Amino acid sequence: MKRSSWTDYQKEIADNNYYYARSCIRQNFFPGSEKAFLNILSKDLGRDIYDDPLHTSCTGIGYHGDIVPLETIMTVVARQFALMSEAGYENFTSSCITSFGIYTELLATWEEFPETEERTRENLYKATGREFTKPKNLAHTSDVIFHHRKEIGQKAKRKLINTYTGEPLKVVEHIGCHYAKIFPKSGIGGSEFPYVLAGMVEEWGGEIVDYPERRHCCGFGFRNYLVQANRGYSIANSHRKLESMAPFKPDFIVTNCPGCSMFLDKWQYTIAEMEGTTFGQNGCGIPVLTYEEMAGLVLGYDPWELGMQMHQVDVEPLLDKMGVEYDPSAKYLGVNGKYIGKPKKAIVNSRSKETLYRIKR
Amino acid sequence: MKHVVVIGGGVAGIRCAIELAEMGIEVTIVEKQKHIGGKVRNWHKLFPSFTPAENVVEELIKRVQNCQNVQIRCCCEAENITPHQVTISGGETLNCDAVVVASGFTLFDARIKEEYGYGIYDNVITSADLEDMLNRRAVKLTNGASPRRIALLHCVGSRDEKVCQRHCSKVCCVTGVKQAMELKRLFPTADVFNFYMDIRMFGPGYEEMYREAQADYNIHFVRGRISEVSPTIDGKLQIKAEDTLTGRPLKMGVDLLVLLIGMKAGDSNKRFELSCHLRRQDSGFMQPKDSFLGNVESNMNGVFYAGTVTAPKTIGESLNEAVTAAHSVAEWIKHTA
Repeated sequence: MKRSSWTDYQKEIADNNYYYARSCIRQNFFPGSEKAFLNILSKDLGRDIYDDPLHTSCTGIGYHGDIVPLETIMTVVARQFALMSEAGYENFTSSCITSFGIYTELLATWEEFPETEERTRENLYKATGREFTKPKNLAHTSDVIFHHRKEIGQKAKRKLINTYTGEPLKVVEHIGCHYAKIFPKSGIGGSEFPYVLAGMVEEWGGEIVDYPERRHCCGFGFRNYLVQANRGYSIANSHRKLESMAPFKPDFIVTNCPGCSMFLDKWQYTIAEMEGTTFGQNGCGIPVLTYEEMAGLVLGYDPWELGMQMHQVDVEPLLDKMGVEYDPSAKYLGVNGKYIGKPKKAIVNSRSKETLYRIKR
Repeated sequence: MKHVVVIGGGVAGIRCAIELAEMGIEVTIVEKQKHIGGKVRNWHKLFPSFTPAENVVEELIKRVQNCQNVQIRCCCEAENITPHQVTISGGETLNCDAVVVASGFTLFDARIKEEYGYGIYDNVITSADLEDMLNRRAVKLTNGASPRRIALLHCVGSRDEKVCQRHCSKVCCVTGVKQAMELKRLFPTADVFNFYMDIRMFGPGYEEMYREAQADYNIHFVRGRISEVSPTIDGKLQIKAEDTLTGRPLKMGVDLLVLLIGMKAGDSNKRFELSCHLRRQDSGFMQPKDSFLGNVESNMNGVFYAGTVTAPKTIGESLNEAVTAAHSVAEWIKHTA
C-alpha cells in the first residue's frame, strides 16, 4: 500500500523520561506485555521510565459505559497528572488506547473550555489536596515503541521473516479506535491510514496486509460487549473482520489496544467452538500479538516470559515460522516454575480441516 | 488607447479580453500556466450537449489571437493589484486603467479525503482524471482491462464541513451524470452507480439528461455517500455506503471509482485579499460588491471579477459574466475618463 500520506501526520514523541500509566485490563489478558514494555525501554534501550504504584485506572471504561461522569474522570486524570509531576516527570505515556484517548480528549477539552480545567483543579484540590501540571508530552506506548523502532531494529535478534521461505511475514495491523479516530492528528499516520504499527512491522522486516475490513471494529465497541444483550454484535463484528482478512493469509495480527487484542484472540476460540470455523492457513486460528510482544520477539525475548502462553490462539506456529527457540514444556510454568495449569484442547488450535481459508479456496 | 489587465487566461478571461478588444480597449492577459484556455482545455465533452470542450476553447483562443490589441503573457502571476497597476512575477509592473480578476478556481485535492484512497489505491480516479483519460481514449483499469462495475461519488470536497468546503460546487452533479453516460457509452455492459447526497439539476436540459441516464442508459443512482474504500484480494475496490432511501448499509465491489471533485476557491484569492485588500467570502471565493447589481464589481473601484473567481459556475455562466464584466469595465473607464 502506498501509505505516503502517513508522513503528513506526525507528532512529537518524547525520547526519554516517561511517566508510565498502566491499563486496567491488560494485566489480565496479556499479562507479560506491560512488563515487556518496561524491560524494553529500561534494559534494551536504556531509557528512564517510572512505573508508579500510586496511579489508578483512568476510569475510561466506566466513562464510555456512561457510569462515570465527565467531572469525575477529569478529576481522576488530573490526579494522574499530579502524580506525574510529584514524581518529577513531564512526559506521560499510557499503555491503554482508551486511556490515551481520554487524556487526549480531556487536554483538548481543557484547552477549548478553560473553565472545565479550573473546575477540575478545584475538585482535585478539595478531594486530594493535590495540584497538577499538564504533561509536556503525551504519547501512547505504541508511539514510544514506534519512536524507537529503528533502534530496536538495530538490536534485533530476529526479523519478522518466515524462516521457511525467506519471505516477509504477512501482518494484519489493527489500531484501537481511541488512538486517532477522536483526533486524527494525535496518531502517527492519522485515522484512515495509521502508521504506528505498520511502521514497526515494516522496520522489522514484515509486510502489512491491507484487506477490505481493515477499518472495521474489532468487536469490542464497549457497549457491544459491556451490555450483555449486545454480545452478538461483538462477535459478529470480529467474525466479519476475521473473515475478510483470512484470504490474505496473514501470519499474525498485531494490535495496540487492550480490547482489540482480547476480542480478536478470544472470539476466534468462540467462533471455532460455535461453528467450527478457523481463519488461519494451517487450520488453526490467527495468532494475535500485542506490539510489545512483537517487539519482544524481535529483541529475542522468550515467548513464555512475554506471557504468550496466555493467548487463546496458540502462537507456536508463528514462533516456528520466525525461528524462535522455545521450550514447549515450559509453556505452562509460571514465574517461579510453578505449573499454572493447561487449558483444554480447543478447535481453534486443533488444525481443523474446515478452515474458512480452505472453504473459500 | 485605454488598457485593461485581465488576470487569468481561462474561458472567462479570454472571453472578457475579446469583448474589451472589440470595444477598442487594449488588453493584457496574465496567465500563470504555459497556455491560455484554463481547465476547460483538459475537459473532454461539456454538459448537457456533449459538445467537445476543444470546440469551445479553440474557438475562443482563435478569436483572442486574432485581436490585434490583446497581448498574452503566460507563465506569470499577478502578485499585486491596484486599479491602475498590476505587479507580475519578476516585479514588472503593468500600468492600466482597470483590472479584471478572472483567475478561476482550484480543483479540490481528493487526497485530503483519505478514506477514498485516492493516490493510495489503484483505480480510484477523479473526474478530472477521467476527462483526461477520455481525451486520450485511454479509459481502462491499471491492469489494462475494461471496468465492469463503476461507481461515481458526488460531492467530494463540496458541501463537506470536515474539509472546510461548505459550499456546493454546482456543476459536479451534472458532470457526474454526463460522465456516467460517457462511461456507459464506452462500456455498455458495465454497471454504473452514482452515489449522491442530492441531485441538483438546475440548468436547461440537465433534468432531461438525468432522466435519460436512468431510463435509457440504466445508470443507477443511490442516495448516500460512500464512507470508505478498501482493496479486495482480487484487485477490486470495496466501497461502503448507506442507501439512505432504504435506510440500509451497503457494501459493493467495484472496478473503478470516480471521485467528482469540487471547485475550491482559487489559490491566489488569499493573496489578493492580503496584498490588495480585495474582500473574500467565508468560502474563500472573492466577494462581489453586490449579488444583484454589482456581481462583476469588487469592493475596489476599477477592479472587476469574471467567472469562477467569485463562486462555482458553469462554463456558460462564466462566459456570460465575462461579457458583463467587459461592459462594466468599459462603462467605468468612460465614466472616469
